Amino acid sequence: MQLAREELQQAYRQMKTIREFEERLHKEIATGVIPGFTHLYAGQESVAVGVCENLTNDDYITSTHRGHGHCIAKGCDVIGMMKEIYGRADGLCKGKGGSMHVADMDVGMLGANGIVGGGPPLATGAALAAKLNKKGGVAVSFGGDGSCNQGPVFEAMNIAAILKLPSVYVYENNRYSEHTHSSYVIASESIASRVEGFGIHTVKADGFDFFEVHEVMKELITKAREGNGPCAVEFETTRFYGHFEGDPQNYRAPTELEDDRENNDCLKIFRSKVSEAGLLADEDLDNIDNEVLTLIDDAVEQAQNSPAPTPDDVTTDVYVSY
Amino acid sequence: MTETTFREALTDTLHQEMARDENVIVMGEDVVGGTGNPHVEPDFVGGVFGVTAGLYTKFGVERCIDMPISEAGIVGTAAGAALAGKRPVAEIMFCDFMGLCLDQLMNQAAKFRYMFGGKATCPMVLRTTYGAGMNAASQHSQSLHPIVTMIPGLKVAIPSTPADAKGLLTTAIRDDDPVIFFEHKTLYTISGDVPDGDHTVPFGKARIVAEGEDCTLVATGRMVSFCENAAQALSEDGISCDIIDPRTTSPLDEDAILDSVEKTGRLVVVDETPPRCSFAGDIAALAASEVFSSLKAPIKQVTAPHSPVPFAKELEAAYVPSPAKIKDIVEQTVNYK
Repeated sequence: MQLAREELQQAYRQMKTIREFEERLHKEIATGVIPGFTHLYAGQESVAVGVCENLTNDDYITSTHRGHGHCIAKGCDVIGMMKEIYGRADGLCKGKGGSMHVADMDVGMLGANGIVGGGPPLATGAALAAKLNKKGGVAVSFGGDGSCNQGPVFEAMNIAAILKLPSVYVYENNRYSEHTHSSYVIASESIASRVEGFGIHTVKADGFDFFEVHEVMKELITKAREGNGPCAVEFETTRFYGHFEGDPQNYRAPTELEDDRENNDCLKIFRSKVSEAGLLADEDLDNIDNEVLTLIDDAVEQAQNSPAPTPDDVTTDVYVSY
Repeated sequence: MTETTFREALTDTLHQEMARDENVIVMGEDVVGGTGNPHVEPDFVGGVFGVTAGLYTKFGVERCIDMPISEAGIVGTAAGAALAGKRPVAEIMFCDFMGLCLDQLMNQAAKFRYMFGGKATCPMVLRTTYGAGMNAASQHSQSLHPIVTMIPGLKVAIPSTPADAKGLLTTAIRDDDPVIFFEHKTLYTISGDVPDGDHTVPFGKARIVAEGEDCTLVATGRMVSFCENAAQALSEDGISCDIIDPRTTSPLDEDAILDSVEKTGRLVVVDETPPRCSFAGDIAALAASEVFSSLKAPIKQVTAPHSPVPFAKELEAAYVPSPAKIKDIVEQTVNYK
C-alpha cells in the first residue's frame, strides 16, 4: 500500500461514486423513467478504479456495454453522464448515445461500446497513435470474459504484439457472458493462458482487491509506457446485478449474489484494509460516502429536470461536414 | 497537367499527402511487402496493386505499416488511431473482404461522431478495390459501394479517371469524416491528364462527363467509360446523352442528376451491382419522386443480374453491363412511345 492519503481518498471516492451511481440507477430504472438497455457495473469498481488511477487524461481507454464504471474512473463528468443516461439534450453526448455509448474525448475516454469485442481494436489504434506521438501515452481496453471469444479481439492483440504497441488488454472475468458461465464458453484453462499465446505478457489477478489491481496495473502500464509492447491481465470479479437491468438472474447459483455481497464486495474489502492499516479513519470514509450521495442525488435531480433533445437534433452530428 | 496512370495518380497522392501532414499513415496487407523476410529488402511490393509503392522507403516503418491478414484488426486499428488524432489510410485489398471488418466500419467508425454527441472525429480513409473484369470470381469481384453508401456517417468516393483519383483521394485524406474509397481494379492502368501539385475534388459535386439532349446517363467508376463508349455509338444515330458521374455516392450531388433529367426527360442509370436495394435503384427513385413530370419515358436501370459474380470469361462478360447493352437500353428509352 504505497499510496498517499489523498490517493487513497480519491480511489475510495471513485469506487463509491460508481457504486452509488449504479445503485441509484437500479432504483430509477425500476420506475420506468430511463429508456433503453442498461448494464450495471456495481461489484467491479475496484477494477475500473485500480486501472484508471494509473492513467492520465493523455492516456486512452475503450470500454464496454457495462461502461459506467470505466467512464467515471477515467474522469467523465458524473452529472453529464446521468443526464446522458436519461437521454437529455445537455447530456455528455447530447442524448444521442445513452448508457452504451458514453464517451468523452477530452479525458481520453473513447467510448463505452455496444458491440462485445468492439473496443480492443480501437484501443490498439489509439496505442498506435500514442506510439507515434512519442509522449509515453498508453491505451487500455476493458473487456469482459465474453469479449475474449470475439475474433477481432484476437486480431487486435496480435497486431499490438507485432507492432510492440503501448496497450494493455484488461479482461474482467465476472463469470458470465450474458447468461452463460465463462467455464462453458472459454475452452482454454483461463483467459490469461489464452492471451499468453499471442506473445503478450499476461497476468491473472484478484479483481476484488483494489490494491492488487492497482499494483498489477502499475507494473503493466509502466511496461507498456516504456516501449516493451502490450500486456494483458485477467481479473476475477463479479457483478452485483444482471447482464442487463431486468435480467432475473435465474442462471446464477442460489446464494451466489448474497455471498458476493458479503465476501467479495470490493468497497468493503477496501474499507477494512485501510482501517486495519490505520490509513484512513472511518470518519474520513463516511464523509466521502456523504459527499458521493449528495453528488448522485444532485445528478439525478438535474437529469430529471434537464431538457429533452428536439426532433431537429436527429440529423446533427452525423458528419463534421456533408 | 501530366499524363499519368490511375495507379500512379493514387501513389503520387499518397506521397504528397504523407509529405504534407505527418499524421497521415498508411496501413494494410502487403502495403510494404517483404517485411520480416531476412533475405529481401522491404518495399519491393508496395501493395498487391502497387499503389503504395515507395512509401515505406520514403516515410519509414512507422508511417507505412504492413499488417497481418486481419481485416477487422486493420480497420479497428485505423479507426482507433483516427479517434486519437491520426489520419490513417487503411487498405482492404478487395472490398469483398469488408465482410470481415464491417462491424468496425458500420458500428464503430461511422457512428463515433453521432453517438458521442459531435465531440469525436474519425478522419480515416479506407481504400479498397472493387469490380468485375479480371475473372476473379465471386469473392474478389463485387461492387459493394451500396452497402456502405447506406450507412450514415460514412462518405463514399468512386473515381473514374486518373485526375479524379488524385483529386478525390486528396479530399478524402484531408476530410475529417471516415471515407470509403473504391478503386476499380481494371482502371489502374488507364492513363489521363492529371493536374500537377495540389488538386482536390470536392465531395458531392458530380462531373459532367458529356452533354447531350436526349437522355441522361448516370454511372460511376468503370461504368463511366462504358457509358462514354455507348454514347459515342449512339451519336452516330443522332442520339446525344448527358453523362453524369456523381464521383461520390455519399454525399450525392442530387441537383446535377435532377437538373439533367429535367433537361433530357429520360434517365438510364448504369451500375455493376445487382439491382435490389442498389445505387441504380436509389437514383431511379430519386428522379421518379422529384422530377416525375419531366419524364418522357420510364426510367431504366442497367445493372448486373441478381447473382454472384461468375468466374468464366463468357459468364463474367454476360454479368457486367456492356456498352452494347447500355446503347440498346438508351435507344429503347429514347424511342419509347
